Amino acid sequence: MSANLSATLYLISGVLFILALRGLSSPETSRQGNLFGIIGMLIAVTVTFLSVGNFTSGFVYVLIFLAIGGSIGAFIAYKIPMTAMPELVAGFHSLVGLAAVFVAISAFINPEAFGLGTPGNIKLASLVEMAIGAAVGAITFSGSVIAFLKLQGIMSGAPITFKGQHALNALILVSIIILTFYLCSTQSSNLFWILIAVSFLIGFLIIIPIGGADMPVVISMLNSYSGWAAAGIGFTLENTALIITGALVGSSGAILSYIMCKGMNRSFFNVILGGFGATAESTGDKKTEQRPVKSGNADDAAFLMKNASSVIIVPGYGMAVAQAQHALREMVDTLKKNDIKVSYAIHPVAGRMPGHMNVLLAEANVPYDEVFELEEINNDFANADVAFVIGANDVTNPVAKTDPQSPIYGMPVLDVEKCKSVLFVKRSLSPGYAGIDNDLFYKENTLMLFADAKKMTEDITKNL
Amino acid sequence: MEIDPFIFRLSIFILSIFIGYYVVWSVTPSLHTPLMSVTNAISSVIIVGAIIAALSGNEEVIFSSSSIYGFLAIILAAVNIFGGFLVTQRMLAMYKKKKKDK
Repeated sequence: MSANLSATLYLISGVLFILALRGLSSPETSRQGNLFGIIGMLIAVTVTFLSVGNFTSGFVYVLIFLAIGGSIGAFIAYKIPMTAMPELVAGFHSLVGLAAVFVAISAFINPEAFGLGTPGNIKLASLVEMAIGAAVGAITFSGSVIAFLKLQGIMSGAPITFKGQHALNALILVSIIILTFYLCSTQSSNLFWILIAVSFLIGFLIIIPIGGADMPVVISMLNSYSGWAAAGIGFTLENTALIITGALVGSSGAILSYIMCKGMNRSFFNVILGGFGATAESTGDKKTEQRPVKSGNADDAAFLMKNASSVIIVPGYGMAVAQAQHALREMVDTLKKNDIKVSYAIHPVAGRMPGHMNVLLAEANVPYDEVFELEEINNDFANADVAFVIGANDVTNPVAKTDPQSPIYGMPVLDVEKCKSVLFVKRSLSPGYAGIDNDLFYKENTLMLFADAKKMTEDITKNL
Repeated sequence: MEIDPFIFRLSIFILSIFIGYYVVWSVTPSLHTPLMSVTNAISSVIIVGAIIAALSGNEEVIFSSSSIYGFLAIILAAVNIFGGFLVTQRMLAMYKKKKKDK
């Protein structure tokens, strides 16, 4: 296959990837978009086989390895529960990162195969691109592994901080730049290995101080990194499909991180440089006196909802943990039978990754036109009779609007307290991830339902 | 003076960042999770590099020190491609069912 033809086909596969993302602008076109993505991938892989043109026994092994990886991937995709999507995505990011590192290593050892020169005499530009691809790939890998461990609960979600952390990170980053510089002038393979090792280390160090509640930002950020790593390799291989894709994924992840940061009213650097827990500790101990709360049972909740004409449901991560989404939908079905208007309000950072709650509700067969984003629904709380908060906490805290001293002051929150009555399902009065008390618990119109989210929802349904 | 091909690739790269910027802002927030899984799948087009690396050997030496990394990368990227697209498909199918309600 001529180089021009294959370059054109790579361009087409890049365009198909753009269309794949474009399809996601609405649920109706999204499945078609995914199909475009699959076609794009098929084209890219086929063109690569044809342009290498090496159909010897090595080719058979390639197909075997492809089949092994493919079956593992397909198996995971069918088995994974929707609540575990954040872990899955973090895990997949780590694979992209590691694959980028492996490709870069291979290109460094055997540059002839890629047309980049001979070992010890690699073209300067290619070497720089290779080094960038390998370094970013390594950071993506180790960072994603830590994110995966934290999300999976194998590693504590609490931020791990130590003295001189920022200084150490800065030092390592500077050393990566210096290493890249020396690598280019000496072409030494030892420096290349050190560069990769140091990059693994920095990926690890960047993620450990970030707390569990900031995971939506971390996942989006690693998504972005995996894109930049792919783009770096794309430059090395002079491959348009990879360059386009890398740029798309890189900017996609960056936008998602921005949206998540805005949802928490924190700057990107604030998230990266330190855990939420660290700032909350200093302010968390000021009010320790017991304030009265009203608590009720499923019967009371059912009574309130039966007499309502509109109910807004506010789901959060707790709903995912309790696997309460199906029970919730059943409750809503019963409410709808009684001619009660029900809608769902989703905060941008609800859950552990962007859009997490939407997927869980979709899994439970909740129609997507009943689910609203913060800006769309926030004015409706004042007109609603009942707000049903299930598994959410900090995102409903009115303190964010009233107390400038609070660590979450300025964060956009759902105006749940404006409802005539608020039902708050929670196991106890313990604070959420931000480590602060929720004023909503003590409001006149709040009824606390202390129970497991799933069990409480089922009990309410029985009482309706 | 000839323009270095690198500049062309850089142009593609920069313009693609802008395309990505506008396309991703138009993605509806309720599909942000599928967006992440599908970007994950497409970034595995890095398999292109892995295949070139894996096929760099010859009849006698299929697994050389450089091609072995290619084969490893093929497995990783394949997990991601199949896993990423299929899990996206699975999620999007759930958004589909709703239409009967309307």
